Amino acid sequence: MTSAMPAVAAPKIGARNVSKHYPTVDGVMVALEDFSLDVTEGEFVCIVGPSGCGKSTFLRMVAGLESISQGAISIRPGADAAKPLNSVVFQEYAIFPWKTLADNVAFGLQMRGIGRKERLDTARFWLDRVGLSRFADYYPHQISGGMKQRVSIVRALANDPEVLLMDEPLGALDAQTRVVIQEELLRIWEETRKTVLYITHSLDEAVLLGDRVILMSAQPGRHLATFKIDLPRPRSIATTNLPAFAEYRAAIWEKLSAEVTRAMEARP
Amino acid sequence: MTITSANEIADGQGREPALRDSAVGNDKRDLVLLVAGGLAAHALLALLGLWRDFAWPAIGLSFILLVLIGERAGRLVPVRGRGIYERTLAFGFPALVLLTWQLAGDYGLLNTTWFPQPSRIAAGLWDLTVRYDRFSGTSLLGRPWLIPEVYAADGMAGVWKLLSESHLLATVGRVLGGFILGAVPGVLLGVVMGMNQTVRLMLDTTLSAIYVLPKIAIFPIVMLMFADPFGEAPKIVVVALAVFILMAINTMAGVRGIDKVYLMAGRNYGARGWSMLRHVILPGAMPVIFAGLRIALGTAMIVIISVEFVRAKQGVGYITFYYWEVLNPEKMYAGLVVVMALGVLLTYGLQWLQRRLMPWQR
Ligand SMILES: Nc1ncnc2c1ncn2[C@@H]1O[C@H](COP(=O)(O)OP(=O)(O)O)[C@@H](O)[C@H]1O
Ligand SMILES: [Mg+2]
Repeated sequence: MTSAMPAVAAPKIGARNVSKHYPTVDGVMVALEDFSLDVTEGEFVCIVGPSGCGKSTFLRMVAGLESISQGAISIRPGADAAKPLNSVVFQEYAIFPWKTLADNVAFGLQMRGIGRKERLDTARFWLDRVGLSRFADYYPHQISGGMKQRVSIVRALANDPEVLLMDEPLGALDAQTRVVIQEELLRIWEETRKTVLYITHSLDEAVLLGDRVILMSAQPGRHLATFKIDLPRPRSIATTNLPAFAEYRAAIWEKLSAEVTRAMEARP
Repeated sequence: MTITSANEIADGQGREPALRDSAVGNDKRDLVLLVAGGLAAHALLALLGLWRDFAWPAIGLSFILLVLIGERAGRLVPVRGRGIYERTLAFGFPALVLLTWQLAGDYGLLNTTWFPQPSRIAAGLWDLTVRYDRFSGTSLLGRPWLIPEVYAADGMAGVWKLLSESHLLATVGRVLGGFILGAVPGVLLGVVMGMNQTVRLMLDTTLSAIYVLPKIAIFPIVMLMFADPFGEAPKIVVVALAVFILMAINTMAGVRGIDKVYLMAGRNYGARGWSMLRHVILPGAMPVIFAGLRIALGTAMIVIISVEFVRAKQGVGYITFYYWEVLNPEKMYAGLVVVMALGVLLTYGLQWLQRRLMPWQR
């Protein structure tokens, strides 16, 4: 990227022809093949695909937690150089059992050398946003799965990153808790307008949350289709009742079901 | 009938429903039968003049009977009384064993020359505590009751001299010194081995080999490494070595057991090097590290007591062995009692530390 290019054109997240190969005892396993994706600033992009197609692998590569076999991924830094480029919300929560909820949420700030008082104030603010301020001094083993995932989400938000990377954050939750947190996510996102890359296996979730839905093929993961979701914002659970919502859902499902069937037949 | 519902189900299996709610009655009846039967059996033996000949089998069977009685009594205890019941069992049983030992000694069922009764061991312990051995210039505790006097006369130097005559403090100093000197580098090496595969592959086999060596067997070599082979340094170092190896192996397992996702989260939120160690790796491995420390403490005690058996002029192990050599079993047992008490105290200390360092585990 040279500075000659206009800043508006440069995507916030740019992935160019990315591949990931895992060496295994019986040869090379291709987890992701020639995958490209641009996410513009302030966009909410959802990635959907059959399980094992390399979604988590791709997200970890964007986060810099996994090496890239081929291609390149870049996140464009913002004006504030002190801001972290990305923060991940992990599929398995990954909040530290040995820290209180407040210390968990303040963790990213602590690692950046922000003082105790300031970072705990920020943590309390965010815990309050998701209704957990009462539990600030609790340890994770004392709270439910839904509460843990809320903590995991606000840990990322409190870190105030350039882009937010979320890997099936609501995958392990029951249906009711899921809906509640989806609404919370929508509310917070409408206010912050962060750039988000969001992986999910739920089509409803992808259509409800995303500006764009990327469909991936079964292993090895490739780009299959892109759907632009032109549902009005601000959205809420009521959005799922719109006729347009059902149309998007049906269109994506048509593509995806063919892919899932193909993947299941291909499996030995 | 609410209290006994659990055992009603257990008891009621395969029986007719009509019998089910009489479980409490059954327990009460069994309890009376067991106690009465046990006492009657002893009385019968005594009447026939055979009790003495069959004393040991009778005592053995009585203990089995006691388990059955305790079990039934336990079911009759209401939920509120559980705590008292459990404590009664936990402390009452050892007390009963000591009492049996005492009585068996008093009535000549035991050879009290080699198995002196608890009362004589207690007397021996008391004697050890208040005695000052003029010949070797040692005492068990270091005569703490003289501290005010000595302090007035010679100040801190006098107090230090007084305490340095203590067998107990000599052993405590060696154990704690060796423990800390071994545990800290052991944990650090374990972390490196857990994180770095190359170091792990290079050291794992070697450590496993040294781990199984009895440390007392390499004590002579350790002695030769020091200018004063009979001084304190080799004793502390051999304890440290045992603790070091154990903690390295243990910590490595603990670090490798940390879920990878915590390491990823730590990295993603900016932890590197020291902050990674401090905030992710050490707390993640802490439960396993403390399990290791507990075992290492036992090992440290075993090593120091055996070293003191063979090569020391001071220490609890030394007096234990010394009184065995001079055929004074009371005081030999007293030495063993001190070793056990020390083990319990140090374990409590470690548990206290664990609660301080791991507040997230309740
Ligand atoms: N460390 C690894 N070694 C070998 N194969 C791996 C490794 N990590 C993931 N894979 C494989 O890569 C594929 C993609 O995994 P993943 O990204 O977790 O899929 P998804 O998140 O889409 O379900 C899977 O088939 C998985 O088995
Ligand atoms: Mg995944």
